[in-house]
Amino acid sequence: MTQQAGPGIPAGPARPLSERRPLGDRTFQVIALAAGLMVLVILVLIAFSTTQQALPWFKAEGWGIFGKTWNPATQQFGALSFIYGTAVTSAIALIMAVPVSVGIALLLTEVVPYRRARPIVYVIDLLAVVPSVVWGLWGILVFVPWIAKIYAHIASGVAGIPVLDDLFGSPTSGASFFTAGIILAFMITPIVTSLSREVIATVPAIDKEGAYALGATRLEMIQGAVWPHSKGGIVGAVLLGLGRAMGETIAAALVIGSSATITSHLFAPGDSMPAVIANQFPEASGTFRAALIGLGVLLFVFTIIINVIARTIVGRAAEQGSA
Amino acid sequence: MEQPEQESVTSLQQPQTAAPPRAQPAPEPEAYSEPGSTVFDAEKVSCYYGSFRAVTDVSLSIYENEITAFIGPSGCGKTTVLRTLNRMNDLVASARVEGDVRYRGASLYGKDVSPIAVRRRIGMVFQKPNPFPKSIYDNVAYGPRINGEHNRKKLDEIVERSLRQAALWDEVKNRLKASGLGLSGGQAQRLCIARTLAVEPDVILMDEPCSALDPIATSAIEDLMRDIKSRYTIVIVTHNMQQATRVSDRTAFFSVLRNEESDTRTGVLVEYGRTEQIFHDPSDSRTEAYVTGQVG
Amino acid sequence: MVTTTGEQLNLREAKGWRRTKNRIATVLMVVAFVLVVIPLVFVLITVVARGIKIISWQFLTAQIPPSVAPADVGGIGPAIVGTFQIVGLATVMAVPLGILGAIYLNEYGGRGPLARLIGFMADVMTGVPSIVMGLFIFSIWVLRFQFSGFAGALALGCLMLPVVIRSTDEMLKLVPNPLREGSYALGATKARVTMTVVLPAAVGGIVSGALLAIARAAGETAPLLFTILTVTAVNRNPFSGPNTSIPSQIFVNATSPYPGAQDRAWGAALTLIVIAFVLMLAARFITARFTRYSR
Repeated sequence: MTQQAGPGIPAGPARPLSERRPLGDRTFQVIALAAGLMVLVILVLIAFSTTQQALPWFKAEGWGIFGKTWNPATQQFGALSFIYGTAVTSAIALIMAVPVSVGIALLLTEVVPYRRARPIVYVIDLLAVVPSVVWGLWGILVFVPWIAKIYAHIASGVAGIPVLDDLFGSPTSGASFFTAGIILAFMITPIVTSLSREVIATVPAIDKEGAYALGATRLEMIQGAVWPHSKGGIVGAVLLGLGRAMGETIAAALVIGSSATITSHLFAPGDSMPAVIANQFPEASGTFRAALIGLGVLLFVFTIIINVIARTIVGRAAEQGSA
Repeated sequence: MEQPEQESVTSLQQPQTAAPPRAQPAPEPEAYSEPGSTVFDAEKVSCYYGSFRAVTDVSLSIYENEITAFIGPSGCGKTTVLRTLNRMNDLVASARVEGDVRYRGASLYGKDVSPIAVRRRIGMVFQKPNPFPKSIYDNVAYGPRINGEHNRKKLDEIVERSLRQAALWDEVKNRLKASGLGLSGGQAQRLCIARTLAVEPDVILMDEPCSALDPIATSAIEDLMRDIKSRYTIVIVTHNMQQATRVSDRTAFFSVLRNEESDTRTGVLVEYGRTEQIFHDPSDSRTEAYVTGQVG
Repeated sequence: MVTTTGEQLNLREAKGWRRTKNRIATVLMVVAFVLVVIPLVFVLITVVARGIKIISWQFLTAQIPPSVAPADVGGIGPAIVGTFQIVGLATVMAVPLGILGAIYLNEYGGRGPLARLIGFMADVMTGVPSIVMGLFIFSIWVLRFQFSGFAGALALGCLMLPVVIRSTDEMLKLVPNPLREGSYALGATKARVTMTVVLPAAVGGIVSGALLAIARAAGETAPLLFTILTVTAVNRNPFSGPNTSIPSQIFVNATSPYPGAQDRAWGAALTLIVIAFVLMLAARFITARFTRYSR
């Protein structure tokens, strides 16, 4: 049945009660869906295109892609030293950054009153906004020369002591695994802090108040009420920090020393996956280039896995917290 | 909005002579008028949210240029039934309607019926005033604009007319550019009513429009309802029984029906009739218990 | 500890070891913060101190000289032009796409499996290293269409997209539902509701999130290594031919032994930090002023 348009509704063909969904509305939905799907499309394309480019390397080396020797001159491309370097620098970064980040997160959520917390949050945001290349520039021109002297002192101090000597002996120029680890620690602190904050914020206030009501000190409340609830989520935050540390390229490239070696000496120069890709790509071609892209594929796979696990953990922790 | 050809009598005439058995003072004198044309016809309407049956087998008719009130305890489905009248329940993914709801003879839930077209004729005012974060002018002009009206002069006219009908014009005429968010509760609700009036709907549905307002604002809105009644049909959900007696011509009393074996609840329409009759001579004992305040 | 009846009420703090442990913990937390502030301040001071010596209008506009040139010769003009071009293109591509994607997630997808998958993978995608994005665009575009500023923009856009989706999604969630209902009740289609009520309400937060994404993209170097082939001449056409950017110049100069080049690196670093800082402040300001949804 057709209804007349009312006096307020502009004159024109009367709009029937039954009409199809306007074309514009349906088009909009399709466009929005397509935009959302782009995320999946891009991820799939990344996987495919980079793997395709890296195939010559996989074919040439087979399982030798995990070999120890990396020598473009002899067409040997074993990635183990870079995987090692990535692992070591990330580990150093995490060991330093996680306690600090969790400490700051606790400081913001439990210790500092909400209104006074803003300056602290600003500092963390500022830390996050410093570009990687600026960290690298400062790292190589200022930090490296300075820390070389400290390495020298430590090395002479531990000379002869069994395990420590292996770790902290033989320093060289200051560009090393350890230096890269320190810089990475600065860079991943913001993300681990902000995610830990989110996780800790989901701890029900009832549990915290309950602890206080029993006469607990703040530390005891944190141990008893906050920690059990948030340890899962904080693990997730740590994993995200790990993912970020693994993929960090420029700062690492500038301060890690660019030497493809596997050694226990943390003060010695080394190399990491993203760093070697950045440093050697311009001159690479053929299998060499395929190998570098292949390192990128490995990096992609590792970080995707870590991120999926991390996001799942953080998501589950958030759900449990608000349940 | 069409002017009905019917002989719907809306002017005041002699009070009804049939006095209720109890010696209660009658409400304000209101003519017993023949109902005008039927605007809504609900037949055995049941509403589901997923597998939960919120409302069961509701049948009633809403008549033109009347104010019909839905009353009842919380959880009895009166808001659900209201929202089926302009297909707002479509916005809830799991909502489903069974039965037939006819609007001026046409089925609201027919195969090709567009909810957009439905809502342009059947407007809604909500419990908590929800002005857009735009200027007062843009709030009222929003409806006409999305209907295609872009002529500045016409919009000015529409905005002024709607704000006058909503008894808000004098208070805001000098600050039409101010944000709608800055108004008091009562003003904001009148703004929302003006916004609804601007598209000149056929029907206005009101979901507890005064429950968030103070008594003075409430009274202003009730006056407004009486003023515009002659041009619109109004259905109002209210948990305030005095309000129902003050403004409505007809009242529908809903209640909750409990099924002890299956431990389910659902809303049902208990009684529907002229307001004086519902409040002074209810047929059903449940209605009587509710309107006399024996149950909440 | 409050002691039991019969003894004097003792309402003082926890005694001895517990109190000490608590104090140590608090001190450690503050130390953690200080450990972070010190290097940050140090870096910023160094950048400002070394960079400000070289900053001048000439520095910001002059051509890029060869590395050996002393500090007062030349500048980073082409890099600034390149950054604006590349980041600008990336923004134009990623922000609308990201907003639309967030609209899908929040207004259409709801809790459906596809929407949850896309939301989850958008989060995962924020963790993809920027160097991988560079290699990706290299593999899929540069090999076919050569180096260009546009290729760099594609890589940066891929980095920005998930960030914009996530931050926009958060903002859309904050728009109260009654606003949508009010619009639906007036007979608006879902597209209309979204464009005329939801987006305008959330625009402050959306813009702020976009500014932060732009700040991150402006500082990226790694993806550009494989897409724009850092050069020194200014290239006014971002769609063909290699290009350069501020972070690229910093990277190139950082490893240079010449003091002039190093000075230019510091100047460029200061410029970059100022840009990022301005964007961050603008984002904060917009958030503070333009996010109010209901009475």
